[in-house]
Amino acid sequence: MKFTLALLLPLAVDGYNVQKAASRRDLLKKGAAAAITVAAPGVAGAYDLPDLPYAFDALEPWIDAPTMKIHHDMHHQTYVTNVNKATEGKPAVDIVALQTDALAAGPGVRNSGGGHYNHAFFWDEMTPADKASKTKPSSSLQAKIDAAFGSTEGMKEKFAAAAAPGAVFGSGWCWVVVNGKDELEIVGTPNQDNPLMKGVKDEIKYPILGLDVWEHAYYLKYQNRRPEYVGNWWNVLNWDKVNENFDYVMKNHAGVPVRG
Amino acid sequence: MIRSLSRPVARALQKRAMSGASLPALPYAYDALEPTISSTIMEIHHTKHHQTYVTNLNAALEKAEAASKSGDASALIALAPAIKFNGGGHINHTLFWENLCPASESSPPTGALAAAIEADFGSFDAMKSQMSAQTVAVQGSGWGWLGYNPSSGSLEIATCSNQDPLAATTGLVPIVGIDVWEHAYYLDYKNVRPDYVGAIWDVIDWKCAERRFEAAK
Repeated sequence: MKFTLALLLPLAVDGYNVQKAASRRDLLKKGAAAAITVAAPGVAGAYDLPDLPYAFDALEPWIDAPTMKIHHDMHHQTYVTNVNKATEGKPAVDIVALQTDALAAGPGVRNSGGGHYNHAFFWDEMTPADKASKTKPSSSLQAKIDAAFGSTEGMKEKFAAAAAPGAVFGSGWCWVVVNGKDELEIVGTPNQDNPLMKGVKDEIKYPILGLDVWEHAYYLKYQNRRPEYVGNWWNVLNWDKVNENFDYVMKNHAGVPVRG
Repeated sequence: MIRSLSRPVARALQKRAMSGASLPALPYAYDALEPTISSTIMEIHHTKHHQTYVTNLNAALEKAEAASKSGDASALIALAPAIKFNGGGHINHTLFWENLCPASESSPPTGALAAAIEADFGSFDAMKSQMSAQTVAVQGSGWGWLGYNPSSGSLEIATCSNQDPLAATTGLVPIVGIDVWEHAYYLDYKNVRPDYVGAIWDVIDWKCAERRFEAAK
């Protein structure tokens, strides 16, 4: 199939960045707006693309290697490039702190700053399935899960409903968050918004886990079968990290720090 | 007459009469738009994505009919997002298939539409450039449209998010639509949406656009 060949080329050819730069030149001819969405090699700035903490194929078969490579090297890289452009010349701000006033800061910070945080958060909460299966919610987190959703299964069911195509609609994320009353909630946010951004929900809420349901996150393997992707994703969720996130959020009432 | 049939059959017939939407056939084969859009994308886009909008729209409409009959405003309001999303999805994709054609059959607009494009944008190329830029810039999922404004009598470019339909959302009459949900291009173009939008001009059916323009003005 056509897309498999396109994937082999960058993996096989050294100078992958050179290849992308050539096509970027072509795109620049077609219009300035086109350049914004092309993944460029890292531009010097306040934010960096963090490396994945595992190989591209580490989350197979639940999330496929080609998706992980494109998602990280192209999509996330583009958000990093663009948030650096959007914040050029401004005082350096930690990426977590950048989320709070992202709506007021304008679409560049909102979309690309949100995109950078969301993806950095996403990579770190996942781990290969054989490791993930040995992890589980801590007793304090489990107590909160049971209080809010009845059980872990109850939480997964509500999460599935909130992440379904009709609920988050086109592109967005589905989160489990700690709210202002220290209770757990499940919330969906559109595009690259997240609940740390003032104005996105009725109050700022602190994610402890989140799932990317943009089509690019699952399309190569699942096509339109988003519910299957959502159900399978629990196989690669690292509850040790989620427990850490929960402890951090409960103690600090701040967004979980991320790399990059 | 219905009463004389068995209950399940009568119910099925009644159900058939209530469901309004159906998946339209494409006016061309799945591979007709290659290499611009692959047959793989066309088949999944049509038989999976568009079909799901149709199925879910009919389910929502059935519930809405029942709610309407019993005057249940609360239920109707609760159904509104599903009707907007799935109804919009059905409307948008039906318009989309119609305004695409094999590259060999695609030629620039002529007549009144060509004149209107020149009057409102300066040139055909200028219109395509502006529409490409605005369509590529859609955040997340949505559509880019060339539309006709019946109040001003001029053509405009607009974008809508998710499956919000152009006419109901903006009052513009759809002339040409471009789907920029990732499912419309991802298997072929990955995240390089500008390549997809740049290429799709090769398969736009301007004859269809001319017919829509004639009907609108």
